[in-house]
Amino acid sequence: MIRTVTILLGFQLLGEVIARGLGLIVPGPVIGMALLLALLWTRPRLAGSIMPTAQGLLAHLSLLFVPAGVGVVGHAGALGAEGPAIVIALVASTVLAIAVGALVFTGVARLTGDGDD
Amino acid sequence: MTDFTEIWSYLAETPLLWLAATLGAYVIGDALHRRAGGTPLVNPVLVAVVILAAALALTGTPYATYFEGAQFVHFMLGPATVALAAPLHANLAKVRKSAVPMAAGLLAGSGTAILSALGIAWALGVDAATLAALAPKSATAPVAMGVSEALGGSPTLTAVMVIFTGITGAILAAPVLNALRLRDWRARGFATGVASHGIGTARAFQVDETAGVFAGVGMGLNAILTALLAPLVLALFV
Repeated sequence: MIRTVTILLGFQLLGEVIARGLGLIVPGPVIGMALLLALLWTRPRLAGSIMPTAQGLLAHLSLLFVPAGVGVVGHAGALGAEGPAIVIALVASTVLAIAVGALVFTGVARLTGDGDD
Repeated sequence: MTDFTEIWSYLAETPLLWLAATLGAYVIGDALHRRAGGTPLVNPVLVAVVILAAALALTGTPYATYFEGAQFVHFMLGPATVALAAPLHANLAKVRKSAVPMAAGLLAGSGTAILSALGIAWALGVDAATLAALAPKSATAPVAMGVSEALGGSPTLTAVMVIFTGITGAILAAPVLNALRLRDWRARGFATGVASHGIGTARAFQVDETAGVFAGVGMGLNAILTALLAPLVLALFV
C-alpha cells in the first residue's frame, strides 16, 4: 500500500511539474494519470499490484469532495439575486447533457455495430 | 475536571476535530444512503455537506479553520485522480473499442451542457459576467475555474456552480437514464462523467466499475473540450 501511495504521489508530482512547467490548462494529476497509464501499458504486472489500493481510493472518491462542498455553502451568497435562475439553468442543463450524451453514445454504438455487451 | 471551553479551545486549534468530523459526517451520509436502499436521491456527499455546514454555523467556526482539518481529505483528490489509471488500464480494450461512440457522446454531452446552461440562464436574464462563470461548469473544478477567469467570469462563482452541477448529476443521472431505458454501463458512465465531472464519476464508481471507468474518461476528455467550446458558445450570448 505504501508503495502504491508513493507511486501515485510520484506521478502526481511529475504531472504538476509538467503542467506548471509548460503552462498547460490540464491539471497536474490528470497528466500524472496519463503517464501512469503509459507505464502500466508497458509494465502490466505493476497494474495488478497497485489495483487494490487504487480501487480502495476510488470506492470512496465521493468523500474527497466533501471539503469543497462545505466551502460552496459559504459562497452560496455569491449567486446573489440571480440564484434561482442559475439553479434552474444548472439542474436543467445537467439533466439534458446526461440524457443527450448517453442517447448519442448508445445510438452511435448501435450504428457502428458495437451495442450492449 | 477540565472546563469544556478549555477542551474546545484546544480542539479548535488542531486539525483533528474537523478531520474527524468530515469523516464522521460522510460515514453518516453513507449509512443513510445504504439504509435508503442505495437510492441516488440520498447522496452521501450532500448529506455530509449539510451536516458539516450546520456544525460550522452552530459553532461559529470559519471555513478556513474547518479546512485546516479537512485539507487532508481534500488533498487525496490528486492521488485518486492518478489512481484512475489502474481501472482504466484494466478496461483499456473496452475503452478503445468504444472510441467512436465516445467521441460522439462527448461532443453531444459537452455541447448540450454549455449551450443549454447558457441558453436557459440568458433567457432568464442572467448578466454577461455570470454567463462567463457558468459556461465551463460541467468541467472538473481546476479547469472550469481557469476557463471562467479567461472568459472574464469569477472563478469562485464557477467553483460553486461546478460543485452544484456535480451533486446534481450524481443525484439525477440514474433516474434520468432509467427513464430513458439506457442500460449500457459505458454510455451511462460516460455521459455522467462528461456532464458532472468527478462527483458524477465518484457516484458511477459506486454503481459499476465499467461505468466508473467510462465516467473518468468522460470527465478527462470534457475538461479539454470545455476549454475549447466554452468561449465559442459564450460568444453566441454576449
